[in-house]
Amino acid sequence: MNHYETVFILNPVLSEEQIKETVKKYEDILVSKGAKMISKEDWGLKKLAYAIQHKKSGFYHLFEYTVPGEGINALEVEFRRDERIMRYLTVRLDKHAIAWAEKRRNRNKQTA
Amino acid sequence: MATLQQQAKGKKDGEIRYLTPLNIETSKAKKYCRFKKSGIKYIDYKDPDFLLKFVNEQGKLLPRRLTGTSLKYQRKVAVAVKRARHLALMPYVADLLK
Repeated sequence: MNHYETVFILNPVLSEEQIKETVKKYEDILVSKGAKMISKEDWGLKKLAYAIQHKKSGFYHLFEYTVPGEGINALEVEFRRDERIMRYLTVRLDKHAIAWAEKRRNRNKQTA
Repeated sequence: MATLQQQAKGKKDGEIRYLTPLNIETSKAKKYCRFKKSGIKYIDYKDPDFLLKFVNEQGKLLPRRLTGTSLKYQRKVAVAVKRARHLALMPYVADLLK
């Protein structure tokens, strides 16, 4: 089991309903691969630094989880097949990154 | 005692001598690695405002010799900036970023 973090950008033309459904879909994929979700973050609609697929904004979502390595393959294959996903990035977290992620989460909780 | 002529002979051609040494100030404050100093272990790619300190106006990475970052952390900065670019949190190319 490794610790991972995934950020993905959803197409801005989706409705709120569709976004929820998409996020749920990927959460389900992870859970079915034996993942333990640690946190989910919704950054909302953000402006992109440059246009992707001729769009200047997108919905950012962040997952943090632990999963056996094969789970990542399944997730990324789905990401690539899905038109609603404009960009994604999965990163394995080392021990410093895990400490930082926890700190960040606590800070976000306080401000929220 | 060396005479003036002997002194003049020993002098190389074109060498300029000043009566008082020139006071040229070189590097007032020593540069330091901000990550080592403040004990930051992980550089987050999700924080573009912070990463902005390590790029120039065109969004290019600044060299270590300007920022003072140590090699270990410069590598991490570079990775973080590249990740941020991929996620469109930072631009690949820009103009007047700051």
